[in-house]
Amino acid sequence: MTTDTNMKSPEAAAVPPPGRAPDKKRVPRGHKRLLTRRDRITLAFMAGVPTVLHVALVWVTAIASIALAFTSWDGIGFSSIKWVGLDNFKHLFSDNPQFWPAVEHNIIWFVVLILIPTPMGLFLAVQLDKKIRFSRVYQTAFFLPVVVSLAVTGFVWQLVYNPDTGLINSLIGANKPGHYIDWIGDPHLNLWAVLVAASWRHTGYMMILYLAGLKGVDPSLREASALDGANEWQTFKSVIFPTLRPTNTVVLVVTIIEALRAFDLVFVFNKGAQGTELLSILITNNIIGESSRIGYGSAIAVVLLVISLAVIIPYLIATFRKERQA
Amino acid sequence: MSTADALAKQRTPVRPARILLHVFLVVTSLAWLAPLLWAIFAALRPYAETSNKGYVSWPDKLNFDNFKNAFEQSDMLHYFGNTLIIAVPAVLITLLLSSMVAFYVSRFDFRLNIFLLLVFTAGNLLPQQVIITPLYRMYLLIDLPGITASGKLYDSALGLVLIHVAFQSGFCAFVLSNYMRMLPHELTEAALVDGASVWRMYWQIVLPLCKPAMAALATLLSIWIYNDFFWAIVLISTGENMPITSALNNLSGQYFTDPNLVAAGALLTAIPTLIVYFVLQRQFVSGLTLGANKG
Repeated sequence: MTTDTNMKSPEAAAVPPPGRAPDKKRVPRGHKRLLTRRDRITLAFMAGVPTVLHVALVWVTAIASIALAFTSWDGIGFSSIKWVGLDNFKHLFSDNPQFWPAVEHNIIWFVVLILIPTPMGLFLAVQLDKKIRFSRVYQTAFFLPVVVSLAVTGFVWQLVYNPDTGLINSLIGANKPGHYIDWIGDPHLNLWAVLVAASWRHTGYMMILYLAGLKGVDPSLREASALDGANEWQTFKSVIFPTLRPTNTVVLVVTIIEALRAFDLVFVFNKGAQGTELLSILITNNIIGESSRIGYGSAIAVVLLVISLAVIIPYLIATFRKERQA
Repeated sequence: MSTADALAKQRTPVRPARILLHVFLVVTSLAWLAPLLWAIFAALRPYAETSNKGYVSWPDKLNFDNFKNAFEQSDMLHYFGNTLIIAVPAVLITLLLSSMVAFYVSRFDFRLNIFLLLVFTAGNLLPQQVIITPLYRMYLLIDLPGITASGKLYDSALGLVLIHVAFQSGFCAFVLSNYMRMLPHELTEAALVDGASVWRMYWQIVLPLCKPAMAALATLLSIWIYNDFFWAIVLISTGENMPITSALNNLSGQYFTDPNLVAAGALLTAIPTLIVYFVLQRQFVSGLTLGANKG
């Protein structure tokens, strides 16, 4: 984020903040006047090519998702696209046995991530920020799961959960016929099993974000608090945590987005079979599954889009507003 | 109460607490590594032995046979090659395009720029599944006879490169524009007065100053694109054309017939990311926190 960038970059010091505001108004006009025709063409090209590519592949398709959600289409020729109004949504909300479980699982995904690995990541960050020895070694260990792909993570955790040969069942003696605990197949267990793997990864990610946030905390605050006789917990609660507000916002947004994006782990585990349905999986099954129900899949995508934008837009507007003021 | 008192108070309880903290951290990090260590352990043991004695048992034999077999039987090299063909152009083009947008947005205040940046950043935060249905159809509709092996954008490396570039350039444009905004305006102003072209300003003045940010982003992008699973699962239909991470899913059914081979195959897939991470850890972490709004 902005604060981190300011912190990280040596150039930050080179820009005197007070002199910037008037500069900003004058300079661009000066820039503009000096531009030749060729420069203008270059600029249009530099801004245009990436924008066209991004808009065509990301935003046009997002809008197409919305349009297709009100149609029924089997994908063969444009003439077979039929306007069906709200039918897809009606079916989705009333007779799809997988839709509400999927919504519930996405919500559970978010709640678990924000309640367990996020505080855990914060806790680890606070401990590792204490100038202790081997801090980097510990950081590397906790961060390793973030670097490894989710697909590999899925396979590695399957080795842990496998009912016959897995680590857990072997250790607790549940790998004999009749005593199986089927961590991946049992619809009451599998979501939680996947969430353990997801949390394993999320903790390290949150730890890194909080470590960056903690580096930005003014050390004199800590000293002042210690001089006032506050203990560690009091210092954290009333001095450190409040100053982490920008990091907390980022963490919240990242966690919501992660919960909405959850896909790879579940797909590798059991392709989103009973117990682990997710919105992202339902959408994908509607295109690569045997039935190509484009309108219907798009309706689910619209649900996901609306939830995502409800989070993304306010967050970005707040971020950019802050940036403008800065 | 004096400063000396407070200092004394601070110093005395440090030792035992520190030891306790180290114990806690050692135990927790081992627990964190446990799944990976377990996979390594399983991959190093012959299948015959583990099926005989069970997986939780003292190993008689440890060797790299599973790694060798997984690598050779499934022709992994071919899939690593696929990844290379996709990831290298994708990273380079993403950096080029996003730095161009960032340059425009941060140097020329043409009123549009906040909106443009908003479009890019928001696009990058969307879940991929939101756009996949029309994207999949679009890729099937675009005919490229003679350009891609499949004759379409679908099932081609080109298609994957394009979507990676489109998607990731949002994040990179955001990070780079923040970075470029902090470079003094006088730099480009002076160049402009001297009659330098816009392109020269970008290529010879601004870009070289962005090296640290570009390096961090390149590391991050390489790992993300290498690790991508979803795009290739949907947009590639021929198993042969899949990059390694997505191919793993097919290979595990076809060639990796026992858990030891699955472990070896999965670990082999992770090795390139681990190398990049260990060599460029600082870049990776700084890139991640540089633009922490990434999902």
